[in-house]
Amino acid sequence: MFSNLTYKRFGEKAILIEWEHRIDEAILNDILVFTKKITLNKKSALVDIIQGYNSLTICYKNEIVNFEKEVTFFKSMFTSTLKETKQAYFQWEIPVCYDLEFGVDLEEISIQKNISVDEIIKRHAAAVYKIYFIGFLPGFLYLGGLNESLFVDRKSNPRLNVAKGAIGIGGKQTGVYPNSSAGGWNIIGKTPINFFDIQQQNPCFAKPGDSIKFKSISLDEFYELENEIRENTYHLLKTTQNA
Amino acid sequence: MLKVLKAGFYTTIQDRGRAGFASIGVPISGSMDWYSADLANGILNNSTEEAVLEITLGACQFQFLAATIICITGGDFSPTINSNPIQLQKSVFVEKGAMLSFRKVNYGVRCYLAIKGGIQSQKKLNSRSFYPNITNNFIIKKNDILSYMPFDYDVNDSKSIIKIEKNHFESAVIECYKGPEFDLLNQHQQNQILAQTFTISRENNRMGYKLNEEILNDLPQQLTSAVLPGTVQLTPSGKLIVLMRDCQVTGGYPRILQLTEVAINKLAQKTTDNSFRFSIISI
Repeated sequence: MFSNLTYKRFGEKAILIEWEHRIDEAILNDILVFTKKITLNKKSALVDIIQGYNSLTICYKNEIVNFEKEVTFFKSMFTSTLKETKQAYFQWEIPVCYDLEFGVDLEEISIQKNISVDEIIKRHAAAVYKIYFIGFLPGFLYLGGLNESLFVDRKSNPRLNVAKGAIGIGGKQTGVYPNSSAGGWNIIGKTPINFFDIQQQNPCFAKPGDSIKFKSISLDEFYELENEIRENTYHLLKTTQNA
Repeated sequence: MLKVLKAGFYTTIQDRGRAGFASIGVPISGSMDWYSADLANGILNNSTEEAVLEITLGACQFQFLAATIICITGGDFSPTINSNPIQLQKSVFVEKGAMLSFRKVNYGVRCYLAIKGGIQSQKKLNSRSFYPNITNNFIIKKNDILSYMPFDYDVNDSKSIIKIEKNHFESAVIECYKGPEFDLLNQHQQNQILAQTFTISRENNRMGYKLNEEILNDLPQQLTSAVLPGTVQLTPSGKLIVLMRDCQVTGGYPRILQLTEVAINKLAQKTTDNSFRFSIISI
């Protein structure tokens, strides 16, 4: 547990709580436990809690009358013990087709980094990525754990239309476009999995604290899975992990 | 039922939005100008939760396929029923078959059409507010049919016109608080932000308003963190973006200011080439 948290007012109805400015799984764990405590203790006064890499933003229903009092309350809540049973976290296996048909920027990265396309795919699919939070677009996961040799600057000219399911690398991050959107990341593959499906009771299967492992599949397998997903016969593979 | 004969520039269904889904990255959305939307519902004795139509600069036409009671608030785009002018901020009984049109833009950018009992579109994640990949439609199109409860006679007793604050549309001062990263700016940058008159660029929509003027940006890179409607971001180019109701839930640019709720509503009634100053108030 970190001790040097800062509390700032963020407009009339929100409080911003910040940890040290770095990306760190220990900070994520702190944030997950604190979020749980706040949800249990204060839910009725709040409309939402927004997670960042090193921050929590507590959004109130009404204007905050006594900021100091709220901060004192959060400080004691932060150090209190969480009695609730442990939350289950999962590792999700996400099939990705890294074929050049989808991985339109693979060859350029290969030249830029002097790493073969096969090796890029191998390294990208070998890592286990931690989900820090979800933002940017509905169902867009902020992942940590990209192999340093695969850090590639964002494209100077963003594409107007990146396909739904595209896997990208932007700077030190990797991620999946949950729906087609404009985007500046380098595209290395595509998954048939839906990361945001409003028809489901829970539109996004993943949550902060879970992990993602990509599995390389062929073009044929991609189209087969796409059909299974359309027909609702495909089940995502998940394994329970220790938080 | 309300039939859309002309969809206009940008017409959407909005309510108070869907706060509470930041954990899966879902924006809040909702009426850009809460003040005017709440007023329209209030005059009809609707709950403030009811959905209304948000109409941008008029230019649309609707036909009421059943009699009901309506109220229009916000921007004045000279609304008419069957070619007869109707007043804003007033409950109006409309007969079956009546046509609602708009003419000259007098002031404001967005008007709100409330219907007695609210517009009955499908709720997704507790809200009817349009948003891509969440609601089936994200913009009103020609020939759309919208549902509402019919009222065969005028059930609203009050025929008074509510006076609105003209300041809401005319004021060129946007009140805000210091944002989380305001103190990272040096004295010169802070002074410039308060002294400068800012102009809204062509890039303005429900997600955010980009401003034309530039502030030197020498701030360190930020880790992605929460943004809210009304957050003013300083982009790498030095231009400011004021985030509005459809903004994403997180962002990576320094958050230098945070508009008051009142100021967000005021800004929602401004558009391209309108100018204003920021005024910092302390909490």
